[in-house]
Amino acid sequence: MNNWLVLPLLLPLFTAVLLIFFKERIGIQRQISLASALVNIAVAGGLVYQVQQKGIQSLFMGGWLPPYGIAFTADMLAALLVLSTAVVSTACLVYSFGSIGEERERNYFYPFFQFLLAGVSGSFLTGDIFNLFVCFEVMLMSSYALIVLGGTKQQLRETLKYILINIVSSTLFVASVAYLYAATGTLNMAHLSVRIAEAGPGGVLSVISVLFLIVFSLKAGLFLFFWLPGSYGAPPAAIGALFGALLTKVGLYAIIRTFTLLFYQETATGHSLMAWMGAATMILGAAGAVAFRDVARIMNYNVIISIGFTAFGIAAATSASLNGVVLYLLHDMVAKALMFMLGGMLVQAAGTGRITEMGGLMKKKPLLGWMFFILSLALAGVPPLSGFAGKMLIIRGGLESGLYLFTAVSLASSLIVLYSMLRIFMHAFWGEEKTSAPAMPRKQTGMTLAAGGLFCLMIVMGLGSEWLYSLVSQAGDILIQPELYIEAVLRR
Amino acid sequence: MKFTDVFLQTAAKILVFIILIFSVYVLFAGHHNPGGGFIGGLITSSALVLLYLAFDLQSVRNIIPFPFNRIAAAGVITSVLTGTVSMLLDLPFLFQSFTYVNLPLLGKTEIASALAFDLGVYMTVVGTTMTIITSISEDKK
Repeated sequence: MNNWLVLPLLLPLFTAVLLIFFKERIGIQRQISLASALVNIAVAGGLVYQVQQKGIQSLFMGGWLPPYGIAFTADMLAALLVLSTAVVSTACLVYSFGSIGEERERNYFYPFFQFLLAGVSGSFLTGDIFNLFVCFEVMLMSSYALIVLGGTKQQLRETLKYILINIVSSTLFVASVAYLYAATGTLNMAHLSVRIAEAGPGGVLSVISVLFLIVFSLKAGLFLFFWLPGSYGAPPAAIGALFGALLTKVGLYAIIRTFTLLFYQETATGHSLMAWMGAATMILGAAGAVAFRDVARIMNYNVIISIGFTAFGIAAATSASLNGVVLYLLHDMVAKALMFMLGGMLVQAAGTGRITEMGGLMKKKPLLGWMFFILSLALAGVPPLSGFAGKMLIIRGGLESGLYLFTAVSLASSLIVLYSMLRIFMHAFWGEEKTSAPAMPRKQTGMTLAAGGLFCLMIVMGLGSEWLYSLVSQAGDILIQPELYIEAVLRR
Repeated sequence: MKFTDVFLQTAAKILVFIILIFSVYVLFAGHHNPGGGFIGGLITSSALVLLYLAFDLQSVRNIIPFPFNRIAAAGVITSVLTGTVSMLLDLPFLFQSFTYVNLPLLGKTEIASALAFDLGVYMTVVGTTMTIITSISEDKK
């Protein structure tokens, strides 16, 4: 028993409710949410430390032992993801201080932000498949509110699509859980894993595994990503950064969990389907990233490419590739948040979202320009930067398991990422100044501070890959040996 | 509405009390019989909605001058705190216990800490339902 585990969920939840009482007092709302976010980082850091020192931590809610009660389980993967969630969300919060606008702040922006965090942290930490669904819903409902907040025409249209697709996928999620419960008679993930192993491969459980793959693919935007480019483009950059960094990662985390802990015996159906879906996602995402001339669209398709890349790593399912997936997820959360932030600042500086109408910003915004350039290299995975180590491990895992075609596709996708990002860079920062860009009305210090902080973190993550790898390999061990997880939860 | 709806208003005045008492009964019965915070909160809201139907928004607001969204928030805080108290006593989050006390009128009564959680659920349901209904029923210019 370790009550520390519930704090990353409890703290944002409590803050969110508290903030409702300060609706009109924006200054107090900002201070409370910033303080809570900083404490949250410390809490998540403490969790990583505990897991590193003492192994997998678990908390049995209300003292009911598994499989009867709800268990919160923090292995290294969950703890690291919770920590990066806390860091990225703090940066998004600071970024939103300067950019979100008073109208939204007054209409419960910060409570929704904190509820989203509670849902994301809960999804990472829970060890119960139905509780995972509930945390997903907490996260999704806050994301509905954050997308539509502000009520512009585009936001209303995109929210309608987003809610529709998520209601359908959530219903499918409930149906899949019902099938799984009917087949195994339990909901606790560790216990499920034992029961599924007893039942043996094949039969109805493979069908259920594919159902779960479809559900989580809809949530994560793996192959079934048709809703993603529009929805993520609608809200302001601070919210886009939060979504791009966190929401799809929760879906990917759920895929990792289900396919390394529950359905790991039989790799013929689930894993090979996932490899094909990953490759298709990379190809279609690359097509989108090359085709569009709009900063937001290009960035959204870059998110899609990275989802396909991660799925390919999960499908390869070797020790190297799973370590790579964890490392890549951590890098991707930071880098994608940074990408949306810089994109938002770029659009604000240029006064337009179309790259053909931009030009010559390097003289006016040198810092933004260089940060954008180095970020592009990091996203592509150029060696000293943070994207490299994860990508290399995933590629190695792909070669080890003989998926040569898919490995080639993922290598090519990195080139496309680099091309699409540098196309933005060259159009926006090189050449002559094209538009008479409007004078910047708002102070940008908060935005620059947040982006600069994440940028430094990204550099540190790249240079300290060796040190980070020691933590990550601890997470990867559990993914490749699910017995460790089961042992920690059930044999108490 | 220009005409005064005597039947509706008179009936509402009596019915509201019956519905409110029933909702409280359902709330407290939840531990051993069908019922609980969620259904109790919905029944209370239905009593309030009946008031809104019989009278107008402003006069009901004079009778019940609570900001409903804050009631919902207070309910969530109540529920979360019941879980947190057990953490301070070094027990797992959401740990519950019960005890028997002798109350003046009711005699020997079972008091469970789950009741406080249910009370939070009740407040949240009432607050949320009423916030939805009042905010879609009025025009804010």
